[in-house]
Amino acid sequence: MKVTVDKDVCVGAGMCVLNAPEVFDQDDDGTVVLLDASPGDEEDTDVREAAHTCPSGAITVTEGP
Amino acid sequence: MTHDDNLLTFPGTRTCPLDPPPELTQLRADSSIQRVQIWDGSTPWLATRYDDVRAVLSDAMLSADPDMPGYPHHSAGSAARKREHTKMFVSLDDPKHRVLRRMVTHDFTVKNVEAMRPRIQQMADQLIDDMLDGPRPADLVEAFSLALPSLVICAMMGVPYEDRAVFHDTSRAMTSRTATQDEAVATLRQMREYFLKLIDRKATDPGEDMVSRLVERELQSGAVDLEDLVAILELVLVGGHDTTNNMIALGTAVLLEHPDVMERLRHTTDLDLVANTVEELLRYLSIFHMGRGRAVLEDTAVNGHELQADDGIIAALDLANRDPAAFPDPDSFDIDRANARRHVAFGFGVHQCLGQTLARVELQVALQTLARRIPTLALAVSFEDLPFKHESSVYGLHELPVTW
Repeated sequence: MKVTVDKDVCVGAGMCVLNAPEVFDQDDDGTVVLLDASPGDEEDTDVREAAHTCPSGAITVTEGP
Repeated sequence: MTHDDNLLTFPGTRTCPLDPPPELTQLRADSSIQRVQIWDGSTPWLATRYDDVRAVLSDAMLSADPDMPGYPHHSAGSAARKREHTKMFVSLDDPKHRVLRRMVTHDFTVKNVEAMRPRIQQMADQLIDDMLDGPRPADLVEAFSLALPSLVICAMMGVPYEDRAVFHDTSRAMTSRTATQDEAVATLRQMREYFLKLIDRKATDPGEDMVSRLVERELQSGAVDLEDLVAILELVLVGGHDTTNNMIALGTAVLLEHPDVMERLRHTTDLDLVANTVEELLRYLSIFHMGRGRAVLEDTAVNGHELQADDGIIAALDLANRDPAAFPDPDSFDIDRANARRHVAFGFGVHQCLGQTLARVELQVALQTLARRIPTLALAVSFEDLPFKHESSVYGLHELPVTW
């Protein structure tokens, strides 16, 4: 899977870090930082939960190698 | 305005203290977004289903600004306060909302909140020591559930804990469904005066705290003006303790009704289980039981439902969190629920609770520490006789008499 984040719409709720801390972090002001744009299959569920629960729609997941 | 007999009254009356009113549960089953009638006779839309509630709260055409025509207020006090007072960013739309919110997100990142966990644990242990040294029965609200988040937010902000009466009063007036215009305005004036003095003190004698940082980094640089800063501080202080208080108190009462769950919490070393218990309590209890109000700025459609400019709409968080389409067997309390974290108890969209990470850690620490430290903890009155906050916009308990 491919992951992209939109820092401009991020509101710093932190749901991504709670769900998938291997893939997402927050900078000092709470804005999303993408640690891994092509996470492995073992992260699949956590990343999808992060995208589902992100309140501002800042995370996009697309299929692909 | 007279009552329209064809419309249900929102928020309605609970028949079971932990479940939404049955007629609203029925409304969710019957149809998607419908009109209801509220206290002032107005007839906003009500979204009750999980997908609709998320869509409403994500829609940029729907304003959180209570000055917009159609906005559904929850009381006369709320209506008055929002007219006379500088708005907190929870009541502002982007872009201004975003600018102000970002000034305080630093304090609530997952990393910074986790760093506070040992201190929160110490505070919880100290409060329990004090309660156990005192008389039985005790009021757990006074001794613990209100005290813990108040201590935490005071420490974080740099507000002296001795001054807590000021913000405890304001919280009561802000969440009361029966607050009059005068009460709401008077308590907010008192709080504003308090913060003006505190800001002065922090400007001359700064500490390692949120207020000092905001004064230095945002106020003195001109990024925020004084009135907006006061409104930010009010929001963080009030939002930072009363909701958590209600969740700890109500959560404890629920756990005491589920001894098997209490037993698991007492013995587990699995923080994920503690965390999921908290998520399930957030979903199950959904203490913002009057939902979140929005005003429609321009004609728009939410999940195919047409809304017109100047309509009001309420997103019912508690009903969404009991939607069987999102949560199987939604009325059962199940700490092993796989998708509990998908709840909308903290709202959704750009206004989703800023302090949710702190609330989670406080709840995890508070509930597991109670379970561990007081194995004989029990209600001192029957569950049905607990004083539930039916009249408040944030559900909870006025008192929680316990013994051990």
